[in-house]
Amino acid sequence: MFAEYSTSDLLSIFAMQGVAGLILFSVFVLMALGLAIIFGQMGVINMAHGEFMILGAYVTYLTSNVFSTYFPGLFSFYFILAMILAFIAAGALGALVEWGIIRHLYNRPLDTLLATWGLSLILQQTYRSVFGAREVGVTLPDWLMGSVHLTETIELPINGLFVMLLALGISTAVGILMYRSRWGIQVRAVVQNRPMAGAVGINTAKVDRITFALGCGIAGVAGSAFTMIGSTGPTSGQLYIVDTFLVVVFGGATSLLGTIASAFSISQAQSTMEFFMSGSMAKVLTLLFVVLILMLRPQGLFTLKVRR
Amino acid sequence: MKTLFFSGAMSWGQGAKAKSLGCLFTMAAVFAFNFAQAAEVNTTGLAVTDKTVKVGILHSVTGTMAISETGSVQAEKLAIEQINAMGGVLGRKIEFIQEDGASDWPTFAEKSKKLLVNDKTAAVFGCWTSASRKAVLPIFEQYNGMLYYPTFYEGLEQSKNVIYTGQEATQQIIAGIDWVTKTKGAKSFYLLGSDYIWPRTSNKIARKHIEKLGLKVVGEEYYPLGHTQFNSVINKIKLTKPDVIYAIVVGGSNVAFYKQLKAAGIDMTKEKPLVLTISVTEDEVLGIGGENMQGAYASMKYFQSLTNDNNKKFVAAFKARWGKDVVIGDVTQAAYLGPWLWKAAVEKAGSFDIDKVREASPGIELTTAPEGYVKVHPNHHLWSKTRIGHARPDGQYDVVFETKELIEPDPFPKGYQ
Amino acid sequence: MSYQGLASLFPKKEISGFVILAVLLILVLPLTLDIFRLNLIGKYLTYAFVAIGLVLCWGYGGILSLGQGVFFGLGGYLMAMFLKLEASDPITTKIQSTPGIPDFMDWNQITALPFFWKPFYSLPFTIIAIIIIPSIIAYIVGAAMFKRRVGGVYFAIITQAIAAILTILIIGQQGYTGGVNGMTDLRTLHGWDIRTDNAKYILYYFCVFMLFMCLAVAQFVRKSKFGRLLVAMRDKEDRVRFSGYDVSNFKIFVFCLGAVFAAIGGALFTLQVGFMSPTLVGIVPSIEMVIFCAVGGRMSIIGAVYGAVLVNWAKSSLSESFPELWLFALGGLFIGVVMAFPNGLAGLYNTYAAPKIDQWIGNLKSPKKNLIEPKKAVEPEKPIVKPDTKAANKTETTTASIPSITQGVLHE
Repeated sequence: MFAEYSTSDLLSIFAMQGVAGLILFSVFVLMALGLAIIFGQMGVINMAHGEFMILGAYVTYLTSNVFSTYFPGLFSFYFILAMILAFIAAGALGALVEWGIIRHLYNRPLDTLLATWGLSLILQQTYRSVFGAREVGVTLPDWLMGSVHLTETIELPINGLFVMLLALGISTAVGILMYRSRWGIQVRAVVQNRPMAGAVGINTAKVDRITFALGCGIAGVAGSAFTMIGSTGPTSGQLYIVDTFLVVVFGGATSLLGTIASAFSISQAQSTMEFFMSGSMAKVLTLLFVVLILMLRPQGLFTLKVRR
Repeated sequence: MKTLFFSGAMSWGQGAKAKSLGCLFTMAAVFAFNFAQAAEVNTTGLAVTDKTVKVGILHSVTGTMAISETGSVQAEKLAIEQINAMGGVLGRKIEFIQEDGASDWPTFAEKSKKLLVNDKTAAVFGCWTSASRKAVLPIFEQYNGMLYYPTFYEGLEQSKNVIYTGQEATQQIIAGIDWVTKTKGAKSFYLLGSDYIWPRTSNKIARKHIEKLGLKVVGEEYYPLGHTQFNSVINKIKLTKPDVIYAIVVGGSNVAFYKQLKAAGIDMTKEKPLVLTISVTEDEVLGIGGENMQGAYASMKYFQSLTNDNNKKFVAAFKARWGKDVVIGDVTQAAYLGPWLWKAAVEKAGSFDIDKVREASPGIELTTAPEGYVKVHPNHHLWSKTRIGHARPDGQYDVVFETKELIEPDPFPKGYQ
Repeated sequence: MSYQGLASLFPKKEISGFVILAVLLILVLPLTLDIFRLNLIGKYLTYAFVAIGLVLCWGYGGILSLGQGVFFGLGGYLMAMFLKLEASDPITTKIQSTPGIPDFMDWNQITALPFFWKPFYSLPFTIIAIIIIPSIIAYIVGAAMFKRRVGGVYFAIITQAIAAILTILIIGQQGYTGGVNGMTDLRTLHGWDIRTDNAKYILYYFCVFMLFMCLAVAQFVRKSKFGRLLVAMRDKEDRVRFSGYDVSNFKIFVFCLGAVFAAIGGALFTLQVGFMSPTLVGIVPSIEMVIFCAVGGRMSIIGAVYGAVLVNWAKSSLSESFPELWLFALGGLFIGVVMAFPNGLAGLYNTYAAPKIDQWIGNLKSPKKNLIEPKKAVEPEKPIVKPDTKAANKTETTTASIPSITQGVLHE
């Protein structure tokens, strides 16, 4: 298998695949963080997660259009604003959905799955009616394109780098929010024992709404970032949903660290295998491997140790 | 009056069926009943009256394929409107019944059956993916319908009930590879595709042809439909250093592939490696973004930027009808040919009967085709030229090459199977 | 089975539902619909097999599988393999470079029939495979999960991943499976042309017959001790376990049964539609099948049949005239059925229609008595309502208990 390559080639293969794996890892982290909050902390299965991401992508598209028409001078900075707007839009829709649907179903997790699936169909059709069935092309500012030239064979794509930094930034922020802030304590209290949390004076309904909105908002940011590497169309969100759920479940749902660890192992496994076999087989093997491990260790990689 | 009578016959048929035991003879009864009433241009009970003729449009307007099929629907509607404005077919206005295949192959089968059995359409313009065509094909053959299929496809098929208005694989591929070896001196190729029948068969033909020319294929790779992470294959491409990346990626994956290719530092305008695709029309560039596609070459029969008079008229009419921002890709143009080819065949046959239209079809010429001139081959494919387009940053292609002669369609190419 | 056995299996109060369904499917629909529409109904009924299985798994057992498309697809593909081999005789395929093998193999440079295709020349083997292979797979998945007490949401997501794996596998291995195109152009079954109108009638009636067989099995399961244990397990799994039952085996069994139902449905789908494609295997159809079950009423096997037929009927007719509206309607249906009427059509029927019908029947029977003592007249018919309303009350408690199951997993 390696005979046909020289040593320096091999070294650069591993370096490049490492980078590719890291980018995939960051993509997975961005996809999964929002879901990890919603599913892991609230037990709600949000099948419309992909559609929240696409909402972020469409917001980015609209922002880029507005900037190129009205403020062409500021075009290179629009992306930052677009991400903030994507966060707000997806978060607001999330809060609305929580209020309209999710809060009635907290004790029926399997039913949230069906209801959010219905929501995802409605959102898809809404996107199709509003933006048309065709994919839209999001023009990126120049500084996000191109790559950093390291050696003859190793190049770092700038948008990949950007996604990595973003993933790092958002996970740190979420980590701090969850484990170092008052709000985080409340969320964790509600997760562990809802009636008791309510009894000590935590407004559980409010905590739920904010948590759900935050998860959706992060999905929106992820979607905004993905306009750099993927397509933006009414059904693009569906491409991500299985991977996202597997990452979260594999990581052990309640643990943010677990989500990150699982994103890392799945992405590395997939990108390594992709190099040695066809893309389709690599995908099948990765999924199989995850499912098999989950069968052996259903609680996922990391679990929260709680005494019942 | 005729319409009334016809629908009367239909409901009479259904009522009788409800009462009868077998229901098997109803169709025969309807046919027999119509036979006495129908005009001589329609002896088989199609939905034809003295004023109108019904045809079907069968594409996905929902689901994942809606992205690609929207253009075809628009082109077919435009052609029908134009034909009606010119007085219709054999003096009859075309009425279309549009059905949604919903990107789901069983739905395509169900709807095609409805169009043929219930609506008795005289022709159906539709289908996009090979899978949808394969799903409806047995139904068109069983109920003897006529399908005008617009997409470039893998070949290996020739049905008496289908007219293929797009190119089959050899037409599209061989001229492109010949061009890239002759003018660009390409020696090695990397074949890449989405994982299904069309890219695989096309790459098989490409590989055979490349090897025939004594050149090298340094890699061949397939990714699932909808795949969005191409960094690994881009690394492989960098490592094997091919002269040409031969890409047959489709759908949403396209966007991811070209964006990541550009981000990874492969500048297509430098043509090292050169990217040659047969799957990215102007429609797809819209989603990819012109700046991400700039410098790539595409090999197909039609580009919106063609400068002949037919095409100028067509593009103007299309924009007037569907908005100035729409783009027209290869398949859209091929879909536009469908109604015109059918009209020509019906007028040559002097009848709407499927069998007569089929007999009349080979040899039909269309001098008004936007792509120039096309002619129906006895194997139901079109003679057509193949062109190479060079992608511009505004999402259009410059035509840099065009075959001198029309290329003969050869769905079962000897030596390429 | 003795008369008494039958009587206890179909109590008088429940038999009316079966009879109405039978009259509808056997007499009313065939007489009022043309063969095209009837064939469509036949297609929808194949989804009803899946929905019945889901009623047992989900409604009774509390196990929500989002991978029923896997079993439906397996049944369909196994049947399609047999039909495809029969359609690929050397004479009709003489244009290929290797005559006598299915066309898609020839397109993919396969020159000999793969070994695992060979047994499918035999119809008995195919039929046995349709039953056995899905059960084995369901057993493996079920055993791995339920023995480790994985349930609820986790099970749903893992079955969903399995559906994704199978779809990618089928599409990727197109030389052996037909890929995205699926297996098309199936023609005859032992020389009998399945495409004629006549054959469509026979296949429709065969489908209805099989449906009633499955309904009978499902009814038997519901009425047996096993059915009661399932409900008990769903509501308080630990208590059943502490009573000395092996909970996981019951779950595995009901999951396998659901898988076999789905596979039979898949095989009948292939026969009636004439092809099989990977679009019926993946995540989307699997979830849609759950909605058929939810619309019909997750506690009612007969409701499941109505759910499957009505949702698809609506899809077909709505998408004919308003394709865009259809997705809104379907999405709304998902949300509505979950939030407004969790017991689906069966629940609506039992709450609103059944009491009135009972009263009406009671009035017919003894109008005088009814005037004096309306309650008694209603009573004999009342038990129809009973099992389901009971169930209706239970769904709340059930689903409420699911988080504790998953937490059981998490905190082990």
